[in-house]
Amino acid sequence: MALEGKVALVTGASRGIGRAIAKSLAMQGATVIGTATTEEGASTISHYFAKWGLPGDGIVMNVNDAQAVEDGIKQITSAHGAPQILVNNAGITRDNLMLRMKDSEWDEVIGTNLTSVYRTTKAVLKGMTKARWGRIVSISSVVADMGNAGQANYAAAKAGMEGLTRSLAREIASRGITVNCVAPGFIDTDMTRKLDDAQRDAMLKGIPAQRLGEPEEIADVVAFLASPAAGYITGETIHVNGGMYMG
Amino acid sequence: MSTVEERVKKIVCEQLGVKESEVQNTSSFVEDLGADSLDTVELVMALEEEFETEIPDEEAEKLATVQDAIDYIVAHT
Ligand SMILES: NC(=O)c1ccc[n+]([C@@H]2O[C@H](COP(=O)([O-])OP(=O)(O)OC[C@H]3O[C@@H](n4cnc5c(N)ncnc54)[C@H](OP(=O)(O)O)[C@@H]3O)[C@@H](O)[C@H]2O)c1
Repeated sequence: MALEGKVALVTGASRGIGRAIAKSLAMQGATVIGTATTEEGASTISHYFAKWGLPGDGIVMNVNDAQAVEDGIKQITSAHGAPQILVNNAGITRDNLMLRMKDSEWDEVIGTNLTSVYRTTKAVLKGMTKARWGRIVSISSVVADMGNAGQANYAAAKAGMEGLTRSLAREIASRGITVNCVAPGFIDTDMTRKLDDAQRDAMLKGIPAQRLGEPEEIADVVAFLASPAAGYITGETIHVNGGMYMG
Repeated sequence: MSTVEERVKKIVCEQLGVKESEVQNTSSFVEDLGADSLDTVELVMALEEEFETEIPDEEAEKLATVQDAIDYIVAHT
């Protein structure tokens, strides 16, 4: 299998897109460590790996806590070996109009969706550099490019993630490490289930495919980027959005 | 057991892909051995690992030649 012998870290794997990514990487043979913010979430992850009969485990690692990230990576490295695949998937929304946005809403989103990418990526980069092989895939959003009323904080974090990706791709390409983003449109997860019917209907009008995407449709693209077949793709953002945005 | 000098030179050869005969104590990593900025960061990482020590960034920046590295290791391990 393509990813046999590789350790993969997927942040925010307890549900939604992260869970689908964890499964698709494990199906390619990687040992996948998924993270959640609570013990309950971590054991959900361990349980689904056991149910699927695939190699993987769940741990608690709040990506918005520098010490937790450092400890988490150490724990994974001593138990399984240094991660050679990192998927920065954990993310939150705190939507509000700019005129009403609170500092806490800004800070939480930038911390969880952007600073976390800096932190987690930095923590795994040494191991990848030594191995002369690595895959870093971060889950951005169509909103990074399109903008979205009520999501200034979220769009800023995701656009920041894409800029970080392009810079790091240039720094580290000579070491066999690729750094890319996947930018989903509207995917059927808890994040979009929070929207009311009016919001959903308005959204669907803008999607030529006339449906929401499934988490697996993001996971398949992530699995491709993680595979040896994608070794010459770096610094790229791949959009997966049913045609709602074509650049 | 090899000396610090031998071990440092071995790591320099491995990390920078140069021949042992090219590595003098006075060799500068960047000017003589062709290291770029990422190579020098990796070299410091490899030295830290070999000698089980941590080299703070502000010290690492000062290590320009093979002798600088040897002196640092001798003084700190
Ligand atoms: N759904 C969409 O339409 C859509 C569109 C574009 C982009 N995205 C992006 O795709 C990614 C996944 O979204 P999703 O829809 O799958 O979200 P979701 O269903 O809300 O799941 C979010 C995941 O992130 C984890 N998480 C949240 N805060 C965390 C923290 N501080 N530390 C560690 N883990 C944390 C959650 O863990 P717990 O279970 O412990 O809370 C959960 O596993 C996000 O980055 C999101 O921005 C989603």
